[in-house]
Amino acid sequence: MLAKRIIPCLDVKDGRVVKGVRFADHVDVGGIEDLARRYAEEGADELVFYDIAASPEGREVEPEWVGRVARAIDIPFCVAGGIRSVDAARARLFAGADKISVNTPALKNPDLIDALAKEFGSQCVVVGVDSRVIEGEWRTHQNTGDPGRTEIGHRRTLDWIAEATGRGAGEIVLNCMDQDGVREGYDIDQLAAARAVCPVPLIASGGAGAMEHFADVFGRAEVDGALAASVFHRAVIAIPDLKRWLADQGVEVRL
Amino acid sequence: MTTAIIDTSTANIASVRFALERLDAPYVLAREPDDARGADRLILPGVGAAGPAMARLRATGWADALRTENRPVLGLCLGMQLLFEVSEEGGAPIPLLTLIPGRVERLNPGGAGPWPHMGWNALDDLAPDEPLLEGISPGERVYFVHGYRVAPGPFTRATALYGEPVTAIARKGNVAGCQFHPERSAKVGARILSNFIRASS
Repeated sequence: MLAKRIIPCLDVKDGRVVKGVRFADHVDVGGIEDLARRYAEEGADELVFYDIAASPEGREVEPEWVGRVARAIDIPFCVAGGIRSVDAARARLFAGADKISVNTPALKNPDLIDALAKEFGSQCVVVGVDSRVIEGEWRTHQNTGDPGRTEIGHRRTLDWIAEATGRGAGEIVLNCMDQDGVREGYDIDQLAAARAVCPVPLIASGGAGAMEHFADVFGRAEVDGALAASVFHRAVIAIPDLKRWLADQGVEVRL
Repeated sequence: MTTAIIDTSTANIASVRFALERLDAPYVLAREPDDARGADRLILPGVGAAGPAMARLRATGWADALRTENRPVLGLCLGMQLLFEVSEEGGAPIPLLTLIPGRVERLNPGGAGPWPHMGWNALDDLAPDEPLLEGISPGERVYFVHGYRVAPGPFTRATALYGEPVTAIARKGNVAGCQFHPERSAKVGARILSNFIRASS
């Protein structure tokens, strides 16, 4: 049986891993390769790197650390942040990333998803969705590094997930922003609603604070993976303990 | 002991190179068959779609060269699928290398989960005499990312289950393939690659 994935997320800024609360107040938590290697050795199933400063500044050069990470670890990893062209995606994939994730550029230019899927196959095209309640509905949020630059309307999150997968996205990472960094649990209602419209793998993001939250999101929202940052970076939860505990709860995991 | 990585111009070549580097295994990148003359074994990596991959192999001369290849060959992911006869990916059937009998068809997970099959799944039905599996036990997990499968058949050496059984490892003589990504499958994957590289034949 396929294992549920535990995915540490590393926000990268200026070549370091940082962590903020509700997308602000970033604190340095370590070097990129050191953390990547540590998580891989502890049993993380996959890693996601968000180049958090990339999108608002319009940068899309290949971050030189992608190749260093690819050399250092032997588990899959995804690179996100500021990828707005097929060439930018190719640079990261050919440097050794297994997947690329697009968020704001896909919202501004949805055809990018079709182009990426056609060029590289859906299996390495992830669409990241930042979602929060706006005017009583789950809606997408973009350019999360700089609120001053939001340019287009807030789409309905569930509509956007259906459209993105229809265009060829091979995986959706749904980041529930109202929960991000506060460690009160994943947004089960929103993730379960997303599950119902998402035919490809769905990864939960935002809100992990305790081991129970992981069991909850796998059991109740039927997501394929759970992403978390601060609980791992700050050693609130150790990955080996988490996976053993989940196995005891009957969750299929890789030990 | 040099491994030639056939340059299929697909995106997982860097991961395969780095995996060999972690194993201290020398390699060359071989765009054309001539580039692999000094190598004693071949890896055929691949991700993406079968049609463009076959077109590239034909253009570089590899499609013909592989049909008469005597050295050990290991196809990875799409590279494994290319070893079979025909793929149903897309609409019209795509002719493949025809080194191993069998068809590539769309995987139907049923209620097991979403399509494609993405993540860590358990190896099962291990053939006891398969050299790639030396030191590997049933239930050990490797990383899969694929939407098409080869149904288990006489050349299947290991399976995985995702709604329906998937050929995880196939072999016919010197030609073998892994549907999963050993280059991204932690210690289990490193062992399988090491088994391939260190095998005497």
